[in-house]
Amino acid sequence: MRITVDAERCVGSGMCVLTAGEVFDQRQDDGKVIVLRPEPPAEMRDSVREAVDLCPAAAIVFSLH
Amino acid sequence: MGESPHTVTTMPTVRQPGCPFDPPAELLDARRHGPISRYTFPGGRPGWLITGFDLVRSVLADSRFSSRKELLLHPTIDYGDFEAPPAPPGEFLLMDEPRHGRYRKPLMGKFTVRRMRLLTERVEQITADHLDAMEKAGPPTDLVTAFAKPIPAIMICELLGVPYEDRGSFQEQVDSFMNGETSDEDLIAAYTATQEYLARLVAAKRANPADDVLSDLTDGDLTDEELKGMALILLAAGIDTTANMLSLGAFALLRNPEQLAALRADPALADRAVEELLRYLGVAKTFMRTALEDAEVGGRTIKAGSPVILSYNTANRDPERFADPHVLDLRRQDGGHLAFGHGIHQCLGQQLARVEMRVAFPALVDRFPALRLAVPPEEVALRPETADIYGVKSLPVTWDV
Repeated sequence: MRITVDAERCVGSGMCVLTAGEVFDQRQDDGKVIVLRPEPPAEMRDSVREAVDLCPAAAIVFSLH
Repeated sequence: MGESPHTVTTMPTVRQPGCPFDPPAELLDARRHGPISRYTFPGGRPGWLITGFDLVRSVLADSRFSSRKELLLHPTIDYGDFEAPPAPPGEFLLMDEPRHGRYRKPLMGKFTVRRMRLLTERVEQITADHLDAMEKAGPPTDLVTAFAKPIPAIMICELLGVPYEDRGSFQEQVDSFMNGETSDEDLIAAYTATQEYLARLVAAKRANPADDVLSDLTDGDLTDEELKGMALILLAAGIDTTANMLSLGAFALLRNPEQLAALRADPALADRAVEELLRYLGVAKTFMRTALEDAEVGGRTIKAGSPVILSYNTANRDPERFADPHVLDLRRQDGGHLAFGHGIHQCLGQQLARVEMRVAFPALVDRFPALRLAVPPEEVALRPETADIYGVKSLPVTWDV
């Protein structure tokens, strides 16, 4: 699983940090998404999927390869 | 195109007696017919009412649907040919991009998950102070004034830098915008007083910046007029929404004693409990959009210019999305409610609201194990459906001493 984010789309809701805090954080200056673990281990996949689904701006995508 | 859609002729003004937490019966009935219904706006303009979870969420994420104030139609009041002006500078709730982003962007770093969690201790302290005061004064008390209103009001005022001594009058003015029962004359007076107050506040921050969000915002290219509009949106949103969640949430817990007991027994349930109360109560119940171009939604064509009502609280009770949607279940696993909206306008202050509720609900039920209503439940006065934010007007409670 590999995660990419589009910071331009991000609206700083924090839903990804709330849902998968080991994988995502927000920049302290502008609140935009940062990926802490672009290739998260298998046990975090469910929460990453949930974060992708909950993102209000569709700013996160992941691929399985 | 299939059969013609269900039509809703009038928007409900009241809820079913005895069901203060459920969306009005007419809206639940509309959802049973399908996720999208026709609705004719006052004055005869045809539009739509969307009640299904998936469709509400997709319209919120769709930039073909506008939030611009000048394009929105009131769902129940006919203003005739009056053309609403665009939202004033800074009032970014009723704007589209790029205007909206000019105001949201400088605020995004101020309301991050991390920053809001750092406020936990302060929320705990304010909550404890108010519970102490309740205990000292003894029962009965009105939980709205003793608990639900002051906690979020103090937090947003401290964040923005509204001086403590100004909070009371400001809170009253905001309440009069939001309660759905203020006469036009009083509304104008409250709005004018608020505008004048905020103009003085912005000028004071520019002259003497302090360690607060409003002062930080003066260090940029935003004009005083814009800052005033932003402050208005943040204060009104911060004061009225969480306050109504706390009081209506306490009411819901008192009416579901086994759920209240579960929360008291297991503080680790707090995160899930807050999400479930948000889903179940959804105090921000409807928002409007207007189609900018023809758009297919749920197999129907919404024509350019058509007004759309999005029913958040019905979407949050959608049986296709949530099992047993009308049951308050603090252990519920399926998240993803729309209480804070979706899309680019999703609530900026949601992480603050979460911290406030995560602290306040468990603290309340922990401090007063025998908390109960001091009046029969049907006598608890509710806000009318015409109010933008739903809630109780007062919540008389008592406990054993």
